[in-house]
Amino acid sequence: MFAAAMIAILTTMALALFRAALGPTVFDRVMAMNSFGTSTVLFIAVLGFLNGRPDFLDLALVYALINFIATIAVLKYFKYGDLAETGRRDPSEDTAS
Amino acid sequence: MNWVIDIVLLALLMFTAVTIARLRGLFSAAIVAGIYSLLGACWMSVLDQPDVAFTEAAVGAGISTVLILVTLSLTTSEEKEPKHTPLLPLVVVLITGAALIYGTIDMPRLGDPQAPTNLHVAPRYIEESPHEIGVPNLVTAVLASYRGYDTLGETAVILTAGVGVMILLGGARRRRWRADDDKRDRA
Repeated sequence: MFAAAMIAILTTMALALFRAALGPTVFDRVMAMNSFGTSTVLFIAVLGFLNGRPDFLDLALVYALINFIATIAVLKYFKYGDLAETGRRDPSEDTAS
Repeated sequence: MNWVIDIVLLALLMFTAVTIARLRGLFSAAIVAGIYSLLGACWMSVLDQPDVAFTEAAVGAGISTVLILVTLSLTTSEEKEPKHTPLLPLVVVLITGAALIYGTIDMPRLGDPQAPTNLHVAPRYIEESPHEIGVPNLVTAVLASYRGYDTLGETAVILTAGVGVMILLGGARRRRWRADDDKRDRA
């Protein structure tokens, strides 16, 4: 049962990796990285049950919590071209122009 | 089942590394490097190193990707065509890899009960640390007392790295802002 789940997860990882390698657009790669992170969470959870020691299940939970940071950074960089951008317009620019 | 996981994970790691080396778009390379870190985290948890796996996922896939993106926003996002042949770097990498593999020949197998760490070091920590240190948690006793200087050094390294990143990225960013301000003042 867990072995079948593990094979499915490894296949998903390989497919996501091929999409990240082939591209062609950046958004394919962002999507591939996001789904790869989800696969990693599942991988660690299933690996614990497969070996009969699900002690590190909380580790998979913390992975799920930090999984979105890189994706948000990539998307923010893509939208603003700069990570320090707040997304709001600077009011001093209106008076300067 | 475990050897299947080992082989598939290592094959994916190798494929990812080759992909990073071949990609010319640095933005895509940063994303694939994040995938490499996630794969490394999987591999570390296969090797029963959840703490290393967690550090790899947090630092490699989380922080490093953000830092690389900040660097890309300060420089260009396209790699220039290399002017020299990749032959010399390839030879250096092959020699280093061969030396590392030669080094692993002397190592005890993973989880070997006859390994020196499991024969002498671990039993002593388990038996003596309650009297010697007095901390109920064994891992804390090892990290904070037996390896206190090691931990102090690690902290110094991380602080230095953080200060270096702040100076490099923050300094360049501030210079660019100042240049923008000057341009606006002149206009």
